Amino acid sequence: MSEANLLTEEHLAWIGHEGAPLTIQISQRDIIKYSVATEQQQDKYLDGREAPPMFIFNIFAQPKPLDQLRVDGLARGTSEGPSLPLKRVMAGGKNVEFFRGIRPGDTLTGVNRIKNIYEKNGAQGPLIFTERELEVTNQDGLPVFTETETSIAR
Amino acid sequence: MKIADLTVGDSLPDRKHTPTNVSLFLYNAAVWNAHRIHYDELYTKNEEEHPEIVVDGPLQGDWLAQCVDNWLEEDGVVEQFHYSNRRATYLGETLVSGGHVLEINEADKTAVIELWIKNAQGEITSPGGATVVLNN
Repeated sequence: MSEANLLTEEHLAWIGHEGAPLTIQISQRDIIKYSVATEQQQDKYLDGREAPPMFIFNIFAQPKPLDQLRVDGLARGTSEGPSLPLKRVMAGGKNVEFFRGIRPGDTLTGVNRIKNIYEKNGAQGPLIFTERELEVTNQDGLPVFTETETSIAR
Repeated sequence: MKIADLTVGDSLPDRKHTPTNVSLFLYNAAVWNAHRIHYDELYTKNEEEHPEIVVDGPLQGDWLAQCVDNWLEEDGVVEQFHYSNRRATYLGETLVSGGHVLEINEADKTAVIELWIKNAQGEITSPGGATVVLNN
């Protein structure tokens, strides 16, 4: 795939940008809801004693007022970053390193950084890839997980 | 399960996944995702030009994580995990998660697992992988 030439210097200047730390508290009820919705098979997850590995998806998303949602349902400014010329967003994947489990009552702090923004010409048109790195520690300052998540705008 | 019990090529149990409107609603509520392609059929087809409601890519990532995590049970932990959503999948499809042992390192009790989600045509829609550490 070749480059699409949609990204400007202004877009690329966001690479390396680090957001302010976000802190959340993990609730047993949230773990149970996630575990039921994803049809987990282990009691420790269904009982909410421990979070399944992929419970981490979107856990730092800040609920926005309804009038701040876009037509597609996604929140404006959910993650800091450039306004891209392509607006239809798809999940691209994730790479996670786990250091310890997540349990109810844990307080997690995450720092998000834009690792890369690049473009390609796909079979059905141009695509813009944004890679965000998230480093998460717990209430004791110990690492919980580090992930790189890719989103694709088309 | 112990590291010495593993052989390269060992299969992890397959599991079928047939998401429904209700399961996708619950998943997206749980992860606080209001993207309409996961519940609004008219919007999905007319505005984002998908043929059907879209099955969340991260949900398929969860199925891959479950595949390896359920296989491990309490005999080890997932140290590293990755997946890519390569092909869109839609409501009405039955998908299968599975994997196999790719590499074994007895010295540090680790194994590399290859994972996949396949559609009914046998195409891999989401490839993935994990590095696991066994207790013994």
